[in-house]
Amino acid sequence: MSEHIVSPKIYVVILLALMLGTFLTVFAATRDFGPMNIVIALGIATIKATLVILFFMHGKYSSRRTKLVIVSGFFWLAIMLGLTIADYSTRHAEPSRSLLEESTSLRLLHS
Amino acid sequence: MHRTGELYGQFQTLDQQKETATLGMWVFLVTEILFFGGLFLTYTINRHAFSTAFGIGGNMLDLTLGAANTVVLILSSLTMAMAVWSATTSRKSLVTIFLILTLMLGGVFLGVKVIEYKQKFDHHLIPGANFDISYCVKNPSPVCGTPAELASEAKEIEEGLKVDPDLNAHAQLYFSLYFGMTGLHALHMVVGAGLLLWLIGQSLKGRFDANYNTPVENIGLYWHFVDIVWIYLFPLLYLINRHLA
Repeated sequence: MSEHIVSPKIYVVILLALMLGTFLTVFAATRDFGPMNIVIALGIATIKATLVILFFMHGKYSSRRTKLVIVSGFFWLAIMLGLTIADYSTRHAEPSRSLLEESTSLRLLHS
Repeated sequence: MHRTGELYGQFQTLDQQKETATLGMWVFLVTEILFFGGLFLTYTINRHAFSTAFGIGGNMLDLTLGAANTVVLILSSLTMAMAVWSATTSRKSLVTIFLILTLMLGGVFLGVKVIEYKQKFDHHLIPGANFDISYCVKNPSPVCGTPAELASEAKEIEEGLKVDPDLNAHAQLYFSLYFGMTGLHALHMVVGAGLLLWLIGQSLKGRFDANYNTPVENIGLYWHFVDIVWIYLFPLLYLINRHLA
């Protein structure tokens, strides 16, 4: 068989990295970094997910064709997230206020 | 269909057969990424629009149980990876042991999820007629948490109502997404547990070795994918705005 066998040592190292990531993300969440809190949380999650895909899921050792399929999944996801969020964030001058105000005025209208 | 041992007629080698199966599994996982992606997108847009209510909702989740479940799921990913390794190195009895460990850790995860859901039920946080974000503040009891926790919760809700008069409705939206997303994730875990049961049965018959281990490998891919979904669900649902508490 030509397949690459990942040694248990690597798996344990990845496990420790994932545990460290979990600890860091919980720790960071108890500190106030302002708008950076969400960036840190999602950054750590993305590093953890990448480690799982590359090593636990053997992404690093798979054929180029399989790699292309893996990347394509996240590419389509980026299109869906990117274009939809671009739409929502440009519909109003201030999207967060406007959606909130809309729902509040609807409530007043019905009361 | 013509079959020689584990090699089906349409393939020339076991390598080619396995490569095809892995590719197919990844194509399925791509559809799963987009399936969950839609929910993550819905959550992001609503979180942005109703950040006060979503922040308060997130603070009402049990951080300890959520973090413990993250650790349990990561451990189960390791045992799954070890099951695949055992199969590819023909350690047949280890395959069964690691699969059983994975199943047990999956069971622990689901058990903790049941405890969390029950807690939300007691706190009147299930979306519907009896949903009330202030229930615990109005009816303090040990079930709801310590007096200090409830005091900070009361203050948060009071502050929140000044920014968002419809706080209760928007917090309900948060919990609808919480139950929708964690529920769909838990459903994937239940399906995974069923697949593991089948794998354990096959493994006990000694079917998986270095020559043939595609089912272990592909169900492993599925299990790791479900782990990745939780890796994102945990910070998004439990952690954002946590420092405000």
